[in-house]
Amino acid sequence: MASKKDRNLFAGTPGKKQKEPISSTTLLLTITIFAFIAMYLAAMIIWGGGFTNPQQFFDIFNNNAYLIVISCGLTVVMIAAGIDISVGGMIALVTMTCVVFLEAHGGSVFGSIFLALAIGLGMGVIQGFLISYLQIQPFIVTLGGMFFAKGMTTIVSNTPRTITTEAFLAFKNFRIVIPGIGSYGKSGNYIPVRVEPGVLIAIVIVIAIWVVCRWTRFGRNLYAVGGNSQSALMLGINVKRTKFYSYVLSGLLAGIGGYIYLLHTGAGNASNATAAEIQAIASSIIGGTLLTGGVGSVIGTLFGVLSLKTISNIVIASGLREPYWQSITTGLMLCFFILLQSVILTLRKRKGVSS
Amino acid sequence: MIKALKKLSNSQLAIPLFALFLVIVFNLVRDLSFFSISITTNNYGNTVLSGNIISILNGASELAVLAIAMTLVTSATKGQDISVGAVAAIAGSVFVSVLRGNDITLSVILLAFVTACIVAVLFALFTGMMVAFFNIQPMIASLILFTAGRPIAYWINGGATPTVESPLLGYIGSFIPGIPIPTPILIVIVFGLLVTLALRFTNLGLYIQSVGINERAARLNGINPMLMKLISFMILGVCVAIAGSINVCRIGLINHETILIDIEMDAILAVAIGGNALSGGKFKLSGSVIGAYIIQALTITLYAMKVSSTAVKAYKAIVIIAIVVIGSPVVQKYALQLRDKLFYNKPMKITENN
Repeated sequence: MASKKDRNLFAGTPGKKQKEPISSTTLLLTITIFAFIAMYLAAMIIWGGGFTNPQQFFDIFNNNAYLIVISCGLTVVMIAAGIDISVGGMIALVTMTCVVFLEAHGGSVFGSIFLALAIGLGMGVIQGFLISYLQIQPFIVTLGGMFFAKGMTTIVSNTPRTITTEAFLAFKNFRIVIPGIGSYGKSGNYIPVRVEPGVLIAIVIVIAIWVVCRWTRFGRNLYAVGGNSQSALMLGINVKRTKFYSYVLSGLLAGIGGYIYLLHTGAGNASNATAAEIQAIASSIIGGTLLTGGVGSVIGTLFGVLSLKTISNIVIASGLREPYWQSITTGLMLCFFILLQSVILTLRKRKGVSS
Repeated sequence: MIKALKKLSNSQLAIPLFALFLVIVFNLVRDLSFFSISITTNNYGNTVLSGNIISILNGASELAVLAIAMTLVTSATKGQDISVGAVAAIAGSVFVSVLRGNDITLSVILLAFVTACIVAVLFALFTGMMVAFFNIQPMIASLILFTAGRPIAYWINGGATPTVESPLLGYIGSFIPGIPIPTPILIVIVFGLLVTLALRFTNLGLYIQSVGINERAARLNGINPMLMKLISFMILGVCVAIAGSINVCRIGLINHETILIDIEMDAILAVAIGGNALSGGKFKLSGSVIGAYIIQALTITLYAMKVSSTAVKAYKAIVIIAIVVIGSPVVQKYALQLRDKLFYNKPMKITENN
């Protein structure tokens, strides 16, 4: 555990309590959360209907639990000033391998969970080793990882298939009922909100990583390495090992994310989770993580995913049903957040506030 | 001779040339007929050259053009543009829509190309401005067009995949009657010569490199870093328009979903395989161009080995990772020390450097 002094040093928040500027991480996080709440409230007022239905809100979680998980992995890597674009390919590989394992080889559910974790962990370890210990550019290594995973997926099986194993379907169709929140259906009956097991896993992961980033030595090292690896080295931090662990964590989370994806769709397809890595990077950026490293938080990333998906819902609700409108608005939203962050950070730099 | 070899092994081109050499030797061992070039007559009655070598050189044309531009952008901005494929789709759509509005003559094709160029340069400048004025990382800035680019192309095409047909376009996409070499290869040669001449007779290359190496020092020496970054993005726009237009001429239609898909990844790979640092600074265009041909040669070799088109990616990834591992400074240093220990009996020093 880092002492209080260390933590202040790494977070860039000076020790004195009164009248000190907040850190960039906190500022960007606050902006993201407020932007999301404002957006959702506006949607509730303007379009009402679906947006006031709590089930629709929780459906964002149901449909995107996998994205939340892989975005968390990406945030960790990006805080340490790296990038991992292999996560989308890994999801496709994990889903396809698990489906073949369950269907063609009669595997058990626990076996498939183990398989998913092993694939993620294995690829994370290899990529982490190449990037941190052999000092190869992370973009190239994870690009190779993406190509490898996508190619491997089609080698494992080229035909889309659905899972029919009973035990898995029982797990897939299991729903958690949230007491106290619900809506009344057309015939006046009360329908409680249901969430999928994947959502629970995703939320636990978000909280766990948030705790790790904030209160453990590894977490503080991540910020130090991402902020300035040279000074981190001089402080006696093992820069290589910290980077290595960040990629291992990202790989592991991609494995978990792949399994959650499988729990949601129940099918293996070579085109599963196409461009998920780009969505994850976008969510992290909207959530206030900088690609240059040293700034970011997984809570922000969670809200990044929610904002990204709420915008899609708003686009659909406002009648622009053509699929390309969603991509264009996503691009516009990215543009807005990127410019906002850039302007804020430039202003702060001018004022002499360190990140 | 030995001196020359030593000089080569220290140069930046050592890795790409070595990789190219490996691909060639592998094919020599595997199947000698891979290199055969035959003279055949195509459907239009032209005598043309055909063979794997020709299809490698021909197929890598778009990639080579984009690799040149990506090298300049990488050098000046210390980052990569991942929107080239999407902007190429926009440029291709503009090219097609101008062609479809008129009777296709040589001047109309020229007009369409210039329009595509202008549009692509404007889109590249959008990314370039975010990079130059707001100091945003190029990859993040280009993420915007990466998500929105192909939808914009879809909108230009009105959701269809319009086709254009004309013997003139066929001349650009495949063969000019009387010349047995595919036209895209000629375009790449001409374009490469132009860029080389431009870099040789102006200070552009030097300025771009100095901005990439140390922006502050460059500014103190009277170079405008913002202008250099914008110029590199403008060149990128022109290259993207060339690549998009060649591809449209080659296949005779524009499909916004599939045109030059994933080419940004290949272009960045070509830059890296060419021995250029993705963190900017010094560059060698010839390295990137060789890198582009290595990638295409790898793909064609795998196709010749009857690997299915979807599985090619996995093998390509393994080879590329192997190349960059060999090229990594840590591995090279270790190998040199191992050589010293084995042949000169020097003790091995394990030095940590971060």
